[in-house]
Amino acid sequence: MYVAVKGGETAIANSLDLVADKRRGARDLAELTLDQIDQQLGLAVDRVMTEGSCYDRSLAALAIKQARGDLIEAIFLLRAYRTTLPRFGDSEPLDTTRMVAERRISSTFKDVPGGQVLGPTYDYTHRLLDFSLAAAGERPEAPTAPVDAAQALPRVGDILEREGMLEPPPAANGEASQDITRTPLVMPADRPVRLQNLARGDEGFLLALGYSTQRGYGNNHPFVGEIRYGQVPVAFVPEELGFEIELAEIDVTECDMVNQFAGAHNIPPQFTRGYGLAFGHAERKAMAMALVDRALRAEELSENITSPAQDEEFVLSHSDSVEASGFVQHLKLPHYVDFQSELVVVRTLRHEVEERNRQAVLDQAAE
Amino acid sequence: MAKAPTDRLEALWGEIGSTPTYTVLRRPEIGLVMVKGRISGSGAPFCAGEMTVTRAAVRLESGELGFGYVGGRHPRQAEIVAVLDALGQRTEWQQAIEDKVVAPLAHEADARRQLVKARAAATKVDFFTVAREAGP
Repeated sequence: MYVAVKGGETAIANSLDLVADKRRGARDLAELTLDQIDQQLGLAVDRVMTEGSCYDRSLAALAIKQARGDLIEAIFLLRAYRTTLPRFGDSEPLDTTRMVAERRISSTFKDVPGGQVLGPTYDYTHRLLDFSLAAAGERPEAPTAPVDAAQALPRVGDILEREGMLEPPPAANGEASQDITRTPLVMPADRPVRLQNLARGDEGFLLALGYSTQRGYGNNHPFVGEIRYGQVPVAFVPEELGFEIELAEIDVTECDMVNQFAGAHNIPPQFTRGYGLAFGHAERKAMAMALVDRALRAEELSENITSPAQDEEFVLSHSDSVEASGFVQHLKLPHYVDFQSELVVVRTLRHEVEERNRQAVLDQAAE
Repeated sequence: MAKAPTDRLEALWGEIGSTPTYTVLRRPEIGLVMVKGRISGSGAPFCAGEMTVTRAAVRLESGELGFGYVGGRHPRQAEIVAVLDALGQRTEWQQAIEDKVVAPLAHEADARRQLVKARAAATKVDFFTVAREAGP
């Protein structure tokens, strides 16, 4: 139990000043600008937007600056800010086939129509520290190549789907999908609700769960059907206009994971899917999300639920870093009264045990 | 216009010439739109996360209403888009808006898109280079 305490106002005010001072760092160094964070720490911005569940590059950059690079704290700041804004409505669902793709790969088909486009990836770096970055200097522009304007990027899933080898995704049921920022999460949750929860979920938590499924805790034999990253338009129908307008183009990463499936009562053997979608360039997150999405379909696909990643209640209740860090970190708040009462209990118990032991020694001596 | 860089739209707006006075019906307001995705890209929709959006509404002296909705937090841009939306309903303005604002922005957006595509194209894997050599 937490009992409120008073006092410490001056200490708190000075602590806040000290945080601000630490944030600024040595005054002889230039202060970071939000544009620098946006442009040069772009993947941190992407993660904060994804898990902060709010696409706004400059807000995410501000949160990162304020949190001194603590991304989980920055995510918390962005989540808190979004609660102050009114909701204008829901967008039309993104059409990722309209993406201007900077990257698009498939690990299931070598000769996928549209080709394997590596884009900006760390996959082929040697993970050796590049000391040339330690010095300032002009960096060369990326090379370009002629664009084949006629070349479309069809979904890899659609190709397998046409052969009947891959399950189609569940179709829209006509109802508006539930929004867990508006209505509380109730379990069992349907797949759109689970995906919203996972999209906001902590990357580290989902990565570990996804990894656990690969190591045998709910194994689902995954392949990357497709990963794509690039800009997609966001369409919205304002009520006063009644027709669709495009608000912006946003960067997203999507991962369609393809998984082996032996079939069940009325389903022939075929490949099943897990899906991941993240703001910005966040491939590890999208892949982990897709693995966990598939693992959480265990009951639907009549698989045995034996592992944490398949346990909806476990996954969905612990995926949110804002909730998790809040509950863990509240332990730092004064629990003095609470602890005092426990001290009394433990002292009493100890006293009783000691009393009993002394009596036992006396009894033994008397015998 | 909604997707253009704010300072670019403002610059083009400045060059469009004298514009009729208007009343701001709804001052630029920042809010959120829930961005939806689809399962596996083509299935049932789900809530992927929100984005910031700025909206504004204006009325020209001649009565036309205009609405501006732009992604991000850009009050000035939302207001300009709303005025352009209202002006676009008057035939004498349509050509000027098209020539001085819409066409240059479309051209610039296309150039940006082409650069992204050209850089991506340079990273396209060419499998001919990994063709197996003839065995012994």
